[in-house]
Amino acid sequence: MPETFEPRIVAFFCNWCTYTAADLAGVSRMRHAPNARIIRLMCSGRVDPQFILEAFARGADGVLIGGCHPNDCHYIEGNYKCLRRFRLLRRMLDDMGVEEKRCRLEWISASEGDKVKRVINEMVEQLKALGPLDLPGRFRDWDKEVAELEHAASAASAPCDCHAHKEEAAHA
Amino acid sequence: MDNGDGKVRIGFYVCHCGTNIAGTVDVASVAKYAAGLPGVAVSRDYKYMCSDPGQDLIGEDIREHGLNRIVVAACSPCLHEATFRTATARAGLNPFFCHLVNIREHASWVHSDRAAATAKVYDLIRAACGRVRHHKALERKRVNVRPEVLVVGGGIAGIQAALTVAESGKKVYLVEREPTIGGHMAMFDKTFPTLDCAACILTPKMSQVKAHPNITLWTYSEVAAVEGFVGNFKVKVRRKPRYVNEEACVGCMECVDACIYKEPKFEDEFNQRLGKRKPVYMSFPQATPKVVQIDPETCLHFKTGKCKQPCIASCSRNAFDFNQEERFEDIDVGAIIVATGFKPFDPARSPKYGYGHFPNVYTSLEVERLVNSAGPTGGEVVMRDGRKPKSVGIVHCVGSRNLQTNRWCSKVCCMYSLKLAHLIKEHTHAEVYNFYIDMRTPGKGYEEFYNQLLEEGVHFIRGKVAEVTDWAMTPEEEGKLVMRVEDTLAGFVRRIPVDMVVLAVGLEPQADAQGVRRMFNISCSSEGFFLERHPKLAPVDTATDGVYLAGACQGPKDIPDSVAQAGAAAAQAMALIDKGYIEMEPNAAFIDSEECSGCKSCIPLCPYTAISFDEVTVKATINEALCKGCGTCVAACPSGSIKQNLFEDVEIFSEIEEVLANA
Ligand SMILES: Cc1cc2nc3c(=O)[nH]c(=O)nc-3n(C[C@H](O)[C@H](O)[C@H](O)COP(=O)(O)OP(=O)(O)OC[C@H]3O[C@@H](n4cnc5c(N)ncnc54)[C@H](O)[C@@H]3O)c2cc1C
Ligand code: FES
Repeated sequence: MPETFEPRIVAFFCNWCTYTAADLAGVSRMRHAPNARIIRLMCSGRVDPQFILEAFARGADGVLIGGCHPNDCHYIEGNYKCLRRFRLLRRMLDDMGVEEKRCRLEWISASEGDKVKRVINEMVEQLKALGPLDLPGRFRDWDKEVAELEHAASAASAPCDCHAHKEEAAHA
Repeated sequence: MDNGDGKVRIGFYVCHCGTNIAGTVDVASVAKYAAGLPGVAVSRDYKYMCSDPGQDLIGEDIREHGLNRIVVAACSPCLHEATFRTATARAGLNPFFCHLVNIREHASWVHSDRAAATAKVYDLIRAACGRVRHHKALERKRVNVRPEVLVVGGGIAGIQAALTVAESGKKVYLVEREPTIGGHMAMFDKTFPTLDCAACILTPKMSQVKAHPNITLWTYSEVAAVEGFVGNFKVKVRRKPRYVNEEACVGCMECVDACIYKEPKFEDEFNQRLGKRKPVYMSFPQATPKVVQIDPETCLHFKTGKCKQPCIASCSRNAFDFNQEERFEDIDVGAIIVATGFKPFDPARSPKYGYGHFPNVYTSLEVERLVNSAGPTGGEVVMRDGRKPKSVGIVHCVGSRNLQTNRWCSKVCCMYSLKLAHLIKEHTHAEVYNFYIDMRTPGKGYEEFYNQLLEEGVHFIRGKVAEVTDWAMTPEEEGKLVMRVEDTLAGFVRRIPVDMVVLAVGLEPQADAQGVRRMFNISCSSEGFFLERHPKLAPVDTATDGVYLAGACQGPKDIPDSVAQAGAAAAQAMALIDKGYIEMEPNAAFIDSEECSGCKSCIPLCPYTAISFDEVTVKATINEALCKGCGTCVAACPSGSIKQNLFEDVEIFSEIEEVLANA
């Protein structure tokens, strides 16, 4: 890990609460780490799990989702839908070896500019401790490994120890 | 619009915003960087993009360079998205080809490292230029606005708002939780700084509300549910039973005299529990509507079923209806004004002042009732033990400006403490001591009023009262309440014995503010008062279109400010209604029926039941008029056949790709 590792965070913020909170952080000049790139959506319910996977696949070290507090969603219950999908996705990320702290869901209301600051700063610290995720790099390694396995499998007609290899690959 | 060659031609503009952006972000190099991005035909930086020349720049470039996409890197879209879309439309390009990148609130204002902030801006503008290629020409749909207005809360703010709207010829529903309108102002005797009689200026307005042909007044009522959106809210109002037919009762009070309880026996809430009332009562003589009501908690009939009910016999108008039940009214309104006011701080939370422990410690609101000639003592300032105080200590900032309780300044307490000091002195000739931290008297005639009080011989001691105690250390302190205070002007600790202590309690959000906020889909600021859309430029709007704020529910305020704000809220509601329609953001979801597999997973997700299933085509359809554009169904569609305008998957995926493309 290079000395100056600066994690890259993609943040999906709902328009009505968290995006506005980030605006408030700005208006109140609450300086914080410059690592997050905010993408505005109307509601956290719009966050397709594929957005998160895409962000990691494209090299994000962390993904932050921000929505209104429970009961406060501008569209009544989009944040619950988001929470549901987030929980499911978490399991998948665990299996992929993406650490829990890399993907975070936070309820931040329009008045909580300080929370935007705190969460981003916190996340940057945690990601610095974890180091780069480099999923694109891992994908390359996995692809290479699978290619090698396929090659070995087709070369040897006899049963081999490829099962063990696959297990390893899955845990990489 | 593709100039016939199908090519995307982006005009890119980065705003200096004076030094707001340029001070932290290297705008010149941002413009240079953008010029090299694919599709960018023109790239400029300019001092103030939102100014007329800035906007004209966009128009000229569209015409001259045949631009078909516009990206402006400036402030938050919440502030100026509409400005730049309009500038784009003026030059003949569909406004939804324009995209705003937030590099002020989200970059220059929150970072100090110039290189890091500039690098972040590179990423953000790359994303914008990436997404904007996929933008489409969109049309805003128009929705009609209903001409009725709902005002919630009948304090001075709600009254003023209701009257203003009604005078303009529109129908108003005024819903008040208590049996009468008037709010806190109805409890006061005089108002600062002019000391004009509160009732004399308030009660005519209250009667106007009752008499106005355009106002439907529902007291003892609450909003139970709100559905719909700007222009077309559907509201359910709960009307609690008062066991008296409001249309029949004229408030003659015969029944109150006739009540089986010969003497008033029960705590009178309106008089801050300093007086007593009967189970059948009217809050105060000028209550509006002028109608009695029965409190089932104390009424003998409700408690035992064994009352002879002389009230019924005494009523010549047959107004009693002991079978009355809770009722609901459904109304449709175009706009809503929330004016639910404040709650006074409960001084039991600061035990050092001895409230509730020493009977002669009072809240300011209690003293408002004592000095009021219509109050429980007929305007005599007498203490609970019947004595007239010879010395009175008024403690400012109770509950306010304190990390343990409320951090904010309640704004009106200094002024009303001065008012009470004057009134107490006038009524009792007592020595009056004001204990203040800072004297805050900004306002027309306010400082002058303070000077008047100084001349009247009221004592002012600068210092926080540490404690109110009955522990006497000298014979003079015997039988008194001793106020221990560090006099920060004199520089020593003093003990001041007084007969009566008045706590100038601060203003807090209503206890049910969170519930009310949710009902109307608005936000609270960190203290819990309702949040305005912009602290300076949209002080009566909320984040929800068509819902406006007036009075102390938005923050501590005195009567002049509440009235001014009520007028502003009424004007906003009237502007909305007079226009007659609103244009909806075209961000509705739509279904690509080719792709729809008819799995129905989207249908239960929609909170507005905008999605239905067409049994003939075996595909889902979205009613565009009902869709609010949250995008939840889009995220859930397994076949990817639901799309959301302005937030299409391709647009968001390209943002993700581009913000990360710097590696
Ligand atoms: C002790 C004291 C003395 C003061 N003296 C002065 C003075 O001399 N001069 C001055 O300018 N200001 C004075 N003020 C400030 C003044 O009280 C406020 O500025 C004013 O009352 C604000 O009016 P409002 O209508 O916003 O709120 P309120 O007066 O609080 O009225 C709100 C109304 O809304 C109703 N309501 C609340 N929730 C709901 C709900 N969910 N549904 C329906 N109805 C609801 C309430 O019952 C109430 O009738 C004083 C304040 C205090 C505490
Ligand atoms: S609008 Fe904020 S989570 Fe739905």
